[in-house]
Amino acid sequence: MKLTKDNLHDFIRGAAILGTGGGGDPYVGRLMLEQELRKGADIEILDPDNISDDVFAINVFSMGAPTVFVEKIPNGAATVISVRKVEQVLGRKFNAIMPVEAGGVNATLPLIVGALTGLPVIDADGMGRAFPELQMVTYNVYGVDICPLVTTDDYGNSVTYETDTAQRAEWLARGVCVRMGGISQAAGYPMTGRQIKDTAVRHTLTLSVEIGQAVREAREQHRDPVDSLIDYFCTARHPRHAATLFDGKVVDVLRETKQGFTVGRVMLDGIEGSTGKHCEVTFRNEFLIAKTDGRVVATVPDLICCLDRETAESITTESLKYGNRVKIIGIAAAPVMRTPEALAVFGPRAFMMEDDFTPLEELG
Amino acid sequence: MRVGVDVGGTNTDAVLMEGDAVLASFKAPTTADVESGIVGAIRAVMADADVVAESIESVMIGTTQFTNAFVEGRRLVEVAVIRAALPATASVQPLLDFPERLANAVGNHPYLVPGGYEFDGREISPLGEKEVLAAARDIKRKGLNSVAISCVFSPINDAMEKRIAEILRNEINDVELTLSTDIGRVGLIERENATIMNASLVELSKMVVGSFRTALKNLNITAPFFVSQNDGTLMSADYVERYPVLTFASGPTNSMRGAARLSGQDNAVVVDIGGTTTDVGVLVHGFPRESAVSVDIGGVRTNFRMPDILSIGLGGGSYVRDGERLTVGPDSVGFELTEKALVFGGDILTTTDIAVAAGAVDIGDKSRVKNINAALVKNSLAEIHRLIENAIDRVKTSVEDSPVVLVGGGSVLVTQKLRGASEVNIPDKSAVANAIGAGMAQVGGEIDRIFSYEIEGRDAAMARAKEEAIQRAVAAGAVADSVQILEVEELPLTYMPAGAVRLRVKAVGDLAMRKGGDG
Repeated sequence: MKLTKDNLHDFIRGAAILGTGGGGDPYVGRLMLEQELRKGADIEILDPDNISDDVFAINVFSMGAPTVFVEKIPNGAATVISVRKVEQVLGRKFNAIMPVEAGGVNATLPLIVGALTGLPVIDADGMGRAFPELQMVTYNVYGVDICPLVTTDDYGNSVTYETDTAQRAEWLARGVCVRMGGISQAAGYPMTGRQIKDTAVRHTLTLSVEIGQAVREAREQHRDPVDSLIDYFCTARHPRHAATLFDGKVVDVLRETKQGFTVGRVMLDGIEGSTGKHCEVTFRNEFLIAKTDGRVVATVPDLICCLDRETAESITTESLKYGNRVKIIGIAAAPVMRTPEALAVFGPRAFMMEDDFTPLEELG
Repeated sequence: MRVGVDVGGTNTDAVLMEGDAVLASFKAPTTADVESGIVGAIRAVMADADVVAESIESVMIGTTQFTNAFVEGRRLVEVAVIRAALPATASVQPLLDFPERLANAVGNHPYLVPGGYEFDGREISPLGEKEVLAAARDIKRKGLNSVAISCVFSPINDAMEKRIAEILRNEINDVELTLSTDIGRVGLIERENATIMNASLVELSKMVVGSFRTALKNLNITAPFFVSQNDGTLMSADYVERYPVLTFASGPTNSMRGAARLSGQDNAVVVDIGGTTTDVGVLVHGFPRESAVSVDIGGVRTNFRMPDILSIGLGGGSYVRDGERLTVGPDSVGFELTEKALVFGGDILTTTDIAVAAGAVDIGDKSRVKNINAALVKNSLAEIHRLIENAIDRVKTSVEDSPVVLVGGGSVLVTQKLRGASEVNIPDKSAVANAIGAGMAQVGGEIDRIFSYEIEGRDAAMARAKEEAIQRAVAAGAVADSVQILEVEELPLTYMPAGAVRLRVKAVGDLAMRKGGDG
């Protein structure tokens, strides 16, 4: 498969949905990709099922504040410098690029680096969605080292991190990011083909393209795009449980910024099939736990998405407001994200929540 | 005494106002030359109220000409774009996301030069003066006459944009310049797009302002004139000549403000039911709530202030279909209502027919709808009310009931109490609400910038932001004593250390009136 100007918009729409309310607006990422595609870039996507063990891939991403991203646009060339620095430290060349995050703006950056370096991009990532921190990655869960991690600014200045844990790398890189002007371009989590097969969430890039396409086609054919999205997951090549959890309107949003995160709750009153019920979704950049009439109906890392009930356009935790007509949907996270080791890193308790993870399909 | 004028695509309306009182109003078709329509409308209200030109203190004009010209890609000039940003932002070139037709109209002349600021005010690079000079010479060689200037984080510091403007003025005679800091907010691409839009309209704006001047001269009115901006405040004639883009969407804004003034409501939901659509918006302290998200104009994404309007497909001409499930709209017979509706001899059941059958209004031939069964009338009205109630609920910001102001020809469709409305006002003279909205003489000032609470503390930062917004309002022509802070928005930056906060402050005051002057 290739990323082209024909499936670009589907991909961006899908990546926004997998952002689960956070991850940053992929709009700027679309523009960056558009520029590379117009220059004739050829972006090849590799199926992780078919790669050999000697593939050596590097994960790339932007770090920083979304408010800064919209002024000082992420810089693909700086990311390439980060990639080359990691190669220098390891004394080995990479032959593939990989996303660490499937949702939001960071889903787009690896494709731009793929275009700039001519390297293929692996159709897999370490979150299958968006998460706020660098240790909340399946690679880290299953023992892949984030280091050497390199972050680079617009001038090409780099910092290399050699740390004992991914948390510590996150902490240091976040501090340097401020000095770098609120945004930095990172490369880390170098991985072999074997490690990718063992630890990554597979086929998330094609997943974005396909769910974006399902939504678009439903709109074109005047079918309900949210239903089409649910149908897609239930009948996909690797089917996953997915369901509409609530149909309602936003009656209140409580939001505050704590330690750099947008934390809060959104309250909904039911309409149509959910009439008479109430729903509350807690978020910390991304949606974490959904409750209907006080009963838990979905928990992180399962994906909780808030979609416009007519168009299925994804609504972020930052833009939610009173009166939004939305459907809350739940999508089961990939099995690799639901193990006890994984839940210790990005289950509800990792976000200081008081509920434990229960698989979506068991909450019914 | 002052005159408010609304130049729409179809009609040119004028009102003569003294304080809040409307002394006279007049509606006439918009003329091809625009000028004679304005002259005719103002002359009519002056004659009606028996007022001489000398007693007019100011004239306020609202116009949709610029929006229409841009969306249609007509009468635009080619634009050079200089962006101070390198080494940052090269990954997205200016003009990248313009639809082909508009891209052709404004040309492809981007120049990226070293410069720009960080979020905390440090320079990304010193401004590349040599590169700006080279760009200026190239622009001159190409014979381009309008330049859009942008710079990373220019809302924090406009010094580089101003220096670029200076260099261009020294190199190119009579060059027209638009600075992004005067147009938009944080969000480089969206702000730059709006800047380019503005730059593409400079020739047309000179012509339009010229025609306004001529019109007033022909009426012997020497009072200054002002043009409505999309936030409901006014700008002076020479300002609109430079910043025509700020008039975009001033039509709905003026309509909402005018409706509110007529009904005496400063905080209300305004529902404007036309022939094809219903526009619903919210007034807060007499001004429309602004859209928080980006706004596409002619397919170009921008982020400048625009009224937050919800449009639904319900109007006086909407189709009513009695199938398995009864539906109203979203399609409409539109301007063909007087041919296609049942009461006008047509064969299509429209919302107007339902209103006539229900006895809510008496137009056309009501005998043609007497056989519509009562259940269909009742269910159609229920559906119409449900659609409006839903729209009201979507634009409201809280669960409490709100006063509703109902305007537009389609307001006859509302026959029952509206859920969510604490009261419903249907003001007289709402047909000229736009002109009245234009005639409400207020000017504003705004800032949108990132402050460090860590360095100067919240109170000091807030005070400084408010003071600057007030200064801007006064500079725009407000009476200093009358200026009030209308809105304060505080947005801490995520993924950043505590203390970096984006502050948006808006101040509004009454326009300083004076007799005579040169406009």
